Amino acid sequence: MRDHELAAPELAHIRIDGFTRSAFLVRGAVAAGAVYGAGSVTPFVSRALAQGGGDVDILNFALTLEYLEAAFYTMALKEVSGLSADVKELSTEIRDNETEHVDALKAAIKGAGGKPVKAPGVDFGGAFKTETAFLKLAETLEDTGVSAYNGAAPAIESTDVLAAAGSIVQIEARHAALIRLQRGQSPAPDAFDKALEMQAVLDAVKPFVKG
Amino acid sequence: MTEPQTSPNERSALDDLASDAASRKRFLTMAGAGMAGGLAVLISACGSSDDSTTQDTTAQEPSATAEATAAAENGDIEIVNYALTLEYLEADFYAQVIDSGLVKDKKLVELAKSIGENEQEHVDALTATVESLGGTPAAKPTTKFEDVLSGGLDKVLLTAATVENLGAAAYLGQAGKIKDKAILAAALSIHSVEARHAAALNSLIKAGFKGEGPLNGSVPDGAFAKPMSMDEVLEQVKPFIAS
Repeated sequence: MRDHELAAPELAHIRIDGFTRSAFLVRGAVAAGAVYGAGSVTPFVSRALAQGGGDVDILNFALTLEYLEAAFYTMALKEVSGLSADVKELSTEIRDNETEHVDALKAAIKGAGGKPVKAPGVDFGGAFKTETAFLKLAETLEDTGVSAYNGAAPAIESTDVLAAAGSIVQIEARHAALIRLQRGQSPAPDAFDKALEMQAVLDAVKPFVKG
Repeated sequence: MTEPQTSPNERSALDDLASDAASRKRFLTMAGAGMAGGLAVLISACGSSDDSTTQDTTAQEPSATAEATAAAENGDIEIVNYALTLEYLEADFYAQVIDSGLVKDKKLVELAKSIGENEQEHVDALTATVESLGGTPAAKPTTKFEDVLSGGLDKVLLTAATVENLGAAAYLGQAGKIKDKAILAAALSIHSVEARHAAALNSLIKAGFKGEGPLNGSVPDGAFAKPMSMDEVLEQVKPFIAS
């Protein structure tokens, strides 16, 4: 019943089946909108999900996002001219955090017997032309990162991996809030952060991935 | 705090419940909340399960599997009620802060209101969740924020940051114990919002990203957030709960 709904049967484990009645009520109550599953497999997705094994797939998916974020802040700190002192300090902190996330995820993947995916080539277009453009894309990346972890985490099988993902997503949420404050936006626009399925996340970040 | 001496893969849902019994009792007493009797919970938990084979056999003869399922749902109810109590506390805090008129800055009032609204939505969702699991939602605790409010704006902001960081650490501490994936998804969607609140408030009190200063163990060291156990969190919110 599950496999025919999936373009990639090897991703079947990502799907969570058997929602209970209570689960539906919860979903209604929080309007989480989480859909666990994967659609068509693009070359980018294949790369992000290169390895077999449930938790390793999810960790590699997270690693790809963290690579993207780490590269984004590293480049921004070099390329955006006239960053305010506050934004510079925040961006440096975030860059360091994302780099630590990359290292931790690589170690976790190896620990689980998997092979970490390689860092993707990146292209952030005109995002580094001004501080405003940089912060705008930073907000998108951080909010997407939160939703990506929130969407993938319930499918994690190992309690240790779940703890690691939870520990990282909380930091992504803090980043998102601080970037939003810099932009004069509400740090928490909704009472419930959205959960995005992997495919939706990969589609969202595809414009920034080159090669 | 008192983990049974079994390896993680030998632990069952029943072990989890047993190991948390002490903190559960303390928590429920403190929060002034009662849970339905064991049998009632068992029956309603089985009734709300989508596992029809379990449902059919348990009415007369509870099987080991059915008991484990019920225990899992029971554990989830307990966790959701714990979260509910924390959310009640937060929602009530922001309501009192806004009523007190201590906050004058328009932007700050706006922030306090929007965070308070988020917390109230969490209360509503968690209440509905406990009910949907066949449990009795924890009662709204009577809070004790007089000292905080009389301490002025700085104390209010520090307390707000404190409860938000504790809230985030509390959700993180429970994530691995939640059995129902949909409840986990719901908890995660709240966890990251608590983290957003915490970060905003830390920045307001100039606690910095790592929360340097008087925030008690709930703030990340840097790139990784720290979970807190039920006991640790309850110890720190105790001063704010009258009954």
